[in-house]
Amino acid sequence: MKKIEAIIKPFKLDEVKAALNEIGVAGMTVTEAKGFGRQRGHKEIYRGAEYQVDFIPKMKLEIVVVEPMVEAVVKIILEKANTGSIGDGKIFILPVEQAVRIRTGESGKEAL
Amino acid sequence: MKKLMVVCLLLTAVLGSAWAEETAPPPGADKIVSTLNSGDTAWVIMATALVMMMTPAGLALFYGGMSRYKNLLNTFAMTIASYCIGSVVWVMWGYTLAFGPDKGGIIGGLDNLFMAGIGVNSLSGTIPTIVFALFQMTFAAITVALVLGSIVDRMKFSAWLVFAVLWITLVYCPIAHWVWGNGWMMSMGALDFAGGNVVHINAGVAGLVLALVLGKRIGYGKEAMFPSSISLTALGAALLWFGWFGFNAGSRLAADGVAASAFLVTNTSAAMAGLAWMLAEWIHNKRPTVLGIASGIVAGLVAITPAAGYVNLLGALIIGLVAGVFGFFSVAILKHKIGYDDSLDAFGVHGMCGAWGAVATGLFADPKIMDSARGLFFGNPKQLGIQLLSILATALYTAVATFIVIKVTGLLTGGLRVSREEEIQGLDNAIHGERAFEIS
Repeated sequence: MKKIEAIIKPFKLDEVKAALNEIGVAGMTVTEAKGFGRQRGHKEIYRGAEYQVDFIPKMKLEIVVVEPMVEAVVKIILEKANTGSIGDGKIFILPVEQAVRIRTGESGKEAL
Repeated sequence: MKKLMVVCLLLTAVLGSAWAEETAPPPGADKIVSTLNSGDTAWVIMATALVMMMTPAGLALFYGGMSRYKNLLNTFAMTIASYCIGSVVWVMWGYTLAFGPDKGGIIGGLDNLFMAGIGVNSLSGTIPTIVFALFQMTFAAITVALVLGSIVDRMKFSAWLVFAVLWITLVYCPIAHWVWGNGWMMSMGALDFAGGNVVHINAGVAGLVLALVLGKRIGYGKEAMFPSSISLTALGAALLWFGWFGFNAGSRLAADGVAASAFLVTNTSAAMAGLAWMLAEWIHNKRPTVLGIASGIVAGLVAITPAAGYVNLLGALIIGLVAGVFGFFSVAILKHKIGYDDSLDAFGVHGMCGAWGAVATGLFADPKIMDSARGLFFGNPKQLGIQLLSILATALYTAVATFIVIKVTGLLTGGLRVSREEEIQGLDNAIHGERAFEIS
């Protein structure tokens, strides 16, 4: 099992989610996140007072899937979350030791 | 300089030609009528309610939205409490100090303490004196509330309450008397239709003095201080605009053509200034902000206030255009160059644009609107001098008297400013024990 963490632009969430549903991803966790990478922040000016806003709103997706699905999931995110401009986000892939469904106690890929 | 002269000559020609077509006013138009007029009375009662709304709704939202999320409720509290204090002080001793029998052109006598001697049959012109007193009460209340725009985020609530009582009594009432209560400025012929001097220059200068005495907010100029909600501010500006029709057209104290004209020029100036500020900002900062449009509207309303019953439509367009650009320049460029911390720009918007409005009244007052008022462009250069003198006198008196009021307040309340911890924590929680928003 692997966990795919993807930081994407908020307005791309619906497209990504729909496409992942289509290939059979059964669940995901989404968090409203803030951060910066190469895009850095932007400036806001209120009556001449200039403020640097470093952290930009993003969506963080966490998806745990069995190993054979990882490539497909990454491909979908790459395709659907891409706008071609700076600030599209990143994908991280992490190993997952175990997964347990709380209601039934099932574990492993049965729990996904 | 040469260009300026050409522009002045041109304006004189354009505006002057309008004046030349003027017909004589109907005979008896200026006679004092001392019977009650139900139309006038109904309108001024309505106008009073409109102006009332400007403080606890319009100004509270306008200022609250600009203050930081942790101080939004404190800004509301100071604004609403100002209205309460203004209401109570006014009916007890404020009205008589401002509009009681004149004592040497300086102050009103105490004959009407607690509204003594004013009954249901007393008249001021064609309306009941009770209505006149109530209408004026809403002005006293909003003027002190305007001051707090300079000092949000850092003043003790107790100090603000004491300041408000003393300031209405010792600063607002005398100036209202000078300009509107048969005082020396009125005798001198200063034109202030609805409160350029009394309300805006007065509040703006007082705000600046209070901001300078209190000092800057912790982190000013170093950390970002985001407005809590521009949406609230925009809604507040809209409510101020709506209420301002009562403020300016109501100041005619009659339901007639001059009131209608005041309504027309008020709306025009506000709209023009909203566009002007927005465009100035768009050109200068590459963004037309909502805060800019809202600020411009208020700047245009402030500037037309002293002129509302005197200027024609062209005058209003120019007053609004200049107010928008000048207001933007005052708060977005000048303030940052000088470096004082006028939190929400009470001085930049009300003081500066109020002064522009008072000057503009001396330039554009058109005797076709009110035949007793004639500005420079209609052949009366003396009026401009009178206007300048009234601005300087108001600013000077306000600065000195406000400083004294601040010092006395500080003694009474053991300091003016909240502690460092409270300021960082935010005044909503530190003072009121509440939060403006519950966000889960």
